[in-house]
Amino acid sequence: MSDDLQALQSETEAALSAAADLREWDAIRVGVLGRNGKLTALLRDLGKAAPEERRERGAALNRLKDALNTVIEVRKADLDAAELDRRLAAERIDPTLPPRPREVGLIHPISRTIEEIAAIFGAMGCTIIEGPDVESDWHNFTALNIPSWHPARADQDTFYLPAQGDQPPPVLRTQTSPVQIRTMLTQEPPIRVIVTGRTYRADHDATHSPMFHQCEGLIIDRGMTLGHLKGCLIDFLRTFFGIATLPVRFRSSYFPFTEPSMEVDIGWNRRTGELGGGGDWLEILGSGMVHPRVLANCGIDPREWQGFAWGMGVERITMLKHGMTDLRPFYESDLRWLRHYGFNPLAPTMLHEGV
Amino acid sequence: MKFPLSWLKSHLDTDASLDTITDTLTRIGLELEGVEDRSAALASFRIAHVVEAVQHPNADRLRACKVDVGDGTLLSVVCGAPNARTGMKAVFAAPGAFIPGTGITLKVGEIRGVQSAGMLLSAREMGLGDDHAGIIDLPEDAPVGVPYVTWAGLDDPVIEISVTPNRGDCFSVRGVARDLAAAGIGTLRPFQPPRIPPVFEGGPHWKIEWPDACPWIIGRTIRGVKNSASPRWLQDRLTAIGLRPINALVDVTNFFTIDLGRPLHVFDVAKLSGDTLTLRPGAGEQMRALNGKDYTLTAEDCAICDAAGVQSIAGVVGGEATGCDETTTTVFVECAIFDPVRIALTGRRHQIVSDARQRFERGIDPALMPDAIEAATALILELCGGEPGPVTQDGAEPAWRREATMRFRRIAELGGSDIPADEAVTSLERLGFTVKARDAEQVTVAVPSWRPDVAAPVMLSQSPTLPAERAAKAAEGCGPIEQECDLIEEVLRLRGLDAVPPVSLPQATPVPGSTLTARQQRVALARRLLAAQGLLECVTFSFMAHQDAARFGAVPESLRLTNPIAADLDQLRPTPIATLAMAAQRNAARGYPDVALFEIGPEFDLTAPDGQRLVAAGVRAGATPRSWAQASRGVDVSDAKGDLWAMLTALGVPLEALMLTTDAPGFFHPGRSAVVRQGPKTILGAFGELHPRVLAELDLPGPLVAFTLNLDAVPDPKRRKKTAPDLAPFQPLRRDFAFLADTAVAADAVLRAARGAERALITGVSLFDVYEGDKLPEGKKSVAIEVTFQPRERTLKDEEIEAAVRKVIAAVAKATGATLR
Repeated sequence: MSDDLQALQSETEAALSAAADLREWDAIRVGVLGRNGKLTALLRDLGKAAPEERRERGAALNRLKDALNTVIEVRKADLDAAELDRRLAAERIDPTLPPRPREVGLIHPISRTIEEIAAIFGAMGCTIIEGPDVESDWHNFTALNIPSWHPARADQDTFYLPAQGDQPPPVLRTQTSPVQIRTMLTQEPPIRVIVTGRTYRADHDATHSPMFHQCEGLIIDRGMTLGHLKGCLIDFLRTFFGIATLPVRFRSSYFPFTEPSMEVDIGWNRRTGELGGGGDWLEILGSGMVHPRVLANCGIDPREWQGFAWGMGVERITMLKHGMTDLRPFYESDLRWLRHYGFNPLAPTMLHEGV
Repeated sequence: MKFPLSWLKSHLDTDASLDTITDTLTRIGLELEGVEDRSAALASFRIAHVVEAVQHPNADRLRACKVDVGDGTLLSVVCGAPNARTGMKAVFAAPGAFIPGTGITLKVGEIRGVQSAGMLLSAREMGLGDDHAGIIDLPEDAPVGVPYVTWAGLDDPVIEISVTPNRGDCFSVRGVARDLAAAGIGTLRPFQPPRIPPVFEGGPHWKIEWPDACPWIIGRTIRGVKNSASPRWLQDRLTAIGLRPINALVDVTNFFTIDLGRPLHVFDVAKLSGDTLTLRPGAGEQMRALNGKDYTLTAEDCAICDAAGVQSIAGVVGGEATGCDETTTTVFVECAIFDPVRIALTGRRHQIVSDARQRFERGIDPALMPDAIEAATALILELCGGEPGPVTQDGAEPAWRREATMRFRRIAELGGSDIPADEAVTSLERLGFTVKARDAEQVTVAVPSWRPDVAAPVMLSQSPTLPAERAAKAAEGCGPIEQECDLIEEVLRLRGLDAVPPVSLPQATPVPGSTLTARQQRVALARRLLAAQGLLECVTFSFMAHQDAARFGAVPESLRLTNPIAADLDQLRPTPIATLAMAAQRNAARGYPDVALFEIGPEFDLTAPDGQRLVAAGVRAGATPRSWAQASRGVDVSDAKGDLWAMLTALGVPLEALMLTTDAPGFFHPGRSAVVRQGPKTILGAFGELHPRVLAELDLPGPLVAFTLNLDAVPDPKRRKKTAPDLAPFQPLRRDFAFLADTAVAADAVLRAARGAERALITGVSLFDVYEGDKLPEGKKSVAIEVTFQPRERTLKDEEIEAAVRKVIAAVAKATGATLR
């Protein structure tokens, strides 16, 4: 390579190294390779060279052009990278800043429990039915074998609404059982239904609320025995509480609308409140074989059909499952309580995901 | 029902432990409520001899005593009781003992210079009653040094059970003993009171004028009695179960009420006018009862009257005027059977809860009456002396004998339990049923007189809507099945229901169908959606204060409780927005003013089917959260509408078909609210800001916005298959338009007009700015929209675009009068 070419290469390389930014780099590039660039001039002058010289010099110039192109592009890449580094450094933010607030809503524990009840009994083939909160005396009491003078009426502190005409005054239903009656009057057996809803009794303290929720079940079919009643409720309780070995005890009792009737206890530890063991018993629901009078009141022949029914307090099993001690906050709508006990709406109860 | 163990053992011969007895009670349906062992708290108190009691040297009202507690030393005790005296026997508490009546633990002390190393106790200090007039004064022969509880028989656990309404027979110690014996816990002792012949004639007699209320009544006069305090064994038994001993005659009636479940009443013959006691309906008379209260009798109440008037409300409570006291010398004992229904209604009407009512309304053993009057006579003669007159009666023993039949196979078919026929029959016999007939298939038994609940007359109340034939068939089937159920229940009960093997419910179909109806699925979706929008789900009461409810809608008297538990919970709510707004107020009062709450629950309205409808309602109050990233702002109507619109979209309601009208309920701000309608008749819901007057009345800081959706009115989404989507291969074109419109023009009218301008081409119209202000003429606003044109066949030519734009401008102008700015 002749000296002038060698000098151009060295000079260009030095200038590129000194270039601080793309603007300077571009000036160098244009100064060498541009229309009036030094290399361009040399190439233009090639024609003036002697023919024997021209070939050799042409080849040398082409080599130099390739070399300069390479160093120029390499330098550009370096400068680009440095420029990007500068930009990235300038764009740095504080990743610990809190995100834009997004408010999260939650599902009330009562709704969650009703959902779980529906999922478990749904797997047993039950459907959910509902009925009105304001009921006739007949649906709430008389049809359920609780005539007006029955001592069981005194046990249920009933709220009354003003009587219309000579009918007995309507009541706020004291139990979800009137929906059993409505079902038997509109649906032919076999019947497998669950009733959930609001119920009302005139009682107010840490363990009683004038409004609360019940869950009721009614299974009517040929050949349904007390053994099925026990199996169905044991299966439910063990699934609901997630304790496969939960002790369940059945005690003889009395309800006007079932016979035989029984109360159901689960095993727990009275001292710690832990369910499943501990040697103590906790009453959790009432149940029994549907009373023949109730069937007959709804036009179902007790010689042909029999079945069982049960009822339980939704709040009660919710409190037990989640270790809550006070009933009153369920209805207080205190944000802090709702946020503490609420459930994610996008994780509804589904059996295949576990109750 | 409470009774001490010793009382139970007076009827039941058993060696069973207390635990065995209580476990068995629970198993057979007489649920144990608790066992009270009164001896535990009193165990350290001993009987002491007061060797000397002298005036305290420094205090007028105190005595300085020397007390011997049986260990040979004399203790110095200062006592304030006026009855402390030399030589008496008393109950002594040593230092360190806890005194249940005062809650104090004793220490050795000095009272006005005299040492006091213990305390002599009153009944109240021991928690054994109200008597605090002085210390307990024990009989001469009380053994010094012996624990008081042992001597007093207080180391006798008191068992409390809950008796279900069908088991009136177990409101008696004897009835409980009989059930326990049948369950294999010991043997029932015989009860055969001897007949006591009369030694004189005469005395009051009965006259039943109302046999429906009182079919049979027995009485007996005993004269020459001395009615003082009962002996200690009787007082102890009554005290143990919380009854106050009164005098021997009254205590005898209370004793038999508990012992045999057989209420009695005693009249002081000297206080009766005439010698006829008549049972008849009341007629508005007033009577002061033994509980000190005055009652006015109605024609539905059965009264027991002498010549002077009403002396007793039959079977419920006796009258004060003819009651027995220490002056009584001639007593007339009443032993009757009354109609349970009338007793229950009378008791409820006058709000009288008495041991007598409790037993009569559940059914009394009619066969026991002759024995009971003899047992009562014997006890009165023993306690009060005197001589018996004749047994007098009116009416006759009512028919109570019934039979019941059980097919043995039904024990398994209904009870799910394979109990051998022999065992089943034995169980019934042990309970007092007697076999009338038996073969391989079934047994027929006679029902004992004390079990009115078994094979009772069938009373049905069939729905009037049933077809006659179906109703008759069901009614016919009820009788035999019911009595069979009664007997199967007895057999299972004695064995314990835990012995029945559980069987899981057989699957009706291999994979169950949908558990929820279409409407219930909508409700579940609405709930999840609202929570996902950031609202917290609440459950608030269905009732609220009448005057607060009135601010939110119609409050008809027919939806107002006649017996509310509190004045602020008397009206069924016209909308959950009311209770949610109050929840927002409570949260604000707690320091949390920014809330977003919703509830899915009933609202009550007489025009709705069954008087109620299910709604999803929500409120937002306060402001959005403060953040470095975005400014906080007060909630506004758009938030409420957004919640509602999101829910409607999720529920598949086509938003473009909805209409908004400005006739929202009065609790909304009239200018910042709307009713959402689907078609001319269906109201889906409403949204808006709460009326400033309502906010002020409820003491709510504004702003507060709310929405409500009637879930009953939302139609089921159509489940047809979707058509193929229109995915045009050409880029859409977007153009902005700013219109100058009258301020009264609804934004929606501009949007609808633009969308309708060229249906084939325009796929979207959105509103991105609304401006009113001084840059515009008075009464005008600027409405800026973006219109999306979607070519389908080919890219649009400039003149086609121009034509479409002109159509938009023309359509908006035609519909609203607006012009392009």
